[in-house]
Amino acid sequence: MHHLQFDFLVDKEKNTITVKREFAAGRQLVWDCHTKSELLDQWFAPQPLMTKTRSMDFREGGHWLYAMVAPDGTEYWGRTDYIRISPIDYYTALDGFCDASGTLNPDLPRAEWEVTFTDMDTHALVQTIVAYKSLADLETVIAMGMKEGLTSTLERLDSLLLTLNK
Amino acid sequence: MRRDVFQAIADPTRRAILTLIALHAMTPNAIAEHFDISRQAVSKHLRILNECELVKQEQQGREIYYQLEIEKIKEVDKWLEQFRKIWETRFSQLDDLLSQLKSGKK
Repeated sequence: MHHLQFDFLVDKEKNTITVKREFAAGRQLVWDCHTKSELLDQWFAPQPLMTKTRSMDFREGGHWLYAMVAPDGTEYWGRTDYIRISPIDYYTALDGFCDASGTLNPDLPRAEWEVTFTDMDTHALVQTIVAYKSLADLETVIAMGMKEGLTSTLERLDSLLLTLNK
Repeated sequence: MRRDVFQAIADPTRRAILTLIALHAMTPNAIAEHFDISRQAVSKHLRILNECELVKQEQQGREIYYQLEIEKIKEVDKWLEQFRKIWETRFSQLDDLLSQLKSGKK
């Protein structure tokens, strides 16, 4: 199978994470998967979490309100406020944690997202830059994932997939 | 404990100190020469770094030398590695969705 490009760069000076990933599909389809809630619901939350959209208003000034739902039913609500949108080239957004009604939690860090889509022959390349205000902010977000045992669950999933693939 | 580590390295001066002593162990006076801040301020930064075990002290004669605690720095990298895993999982899920969507069209 063709190996898809994946780069993950952390800039601890600028508190940014840059993720570059190639997808075996055209730019329009990859754009749709990032911007339509019925498609986002099918991939955005890393397993075993599931994505559940409450509302989506994909336009400048609009926002996506969604929950990541754990297997035990616990919901982690997030909202993504869209700032600039230029289909199918890029969008920028402000990401944050909130409650089920979309009220932001002021104690948790927000991050600015800049997602750029470019053609790579018949494939699409997506660059996602996530910028935090400080490294401490970045750590808070990672710590939350750790706390929920996401890591160990992911590792269990890896081994499950290996078994299933045999 | 972990909280402290990240708060410690969130400060630009403390990050600069870590970068400086990564090359070789240094005394507080030698470190202070590289910054436009007081010797007291440098000592305070060193105390914080020492408390979260990012640096260790070593007595050599009359002088105390500070050096990087490599294992602790690695821990920070480990955390970022977890973040990378989340993205990998997320995107492999998107791969699956894209191939489903493409086969549905045909």
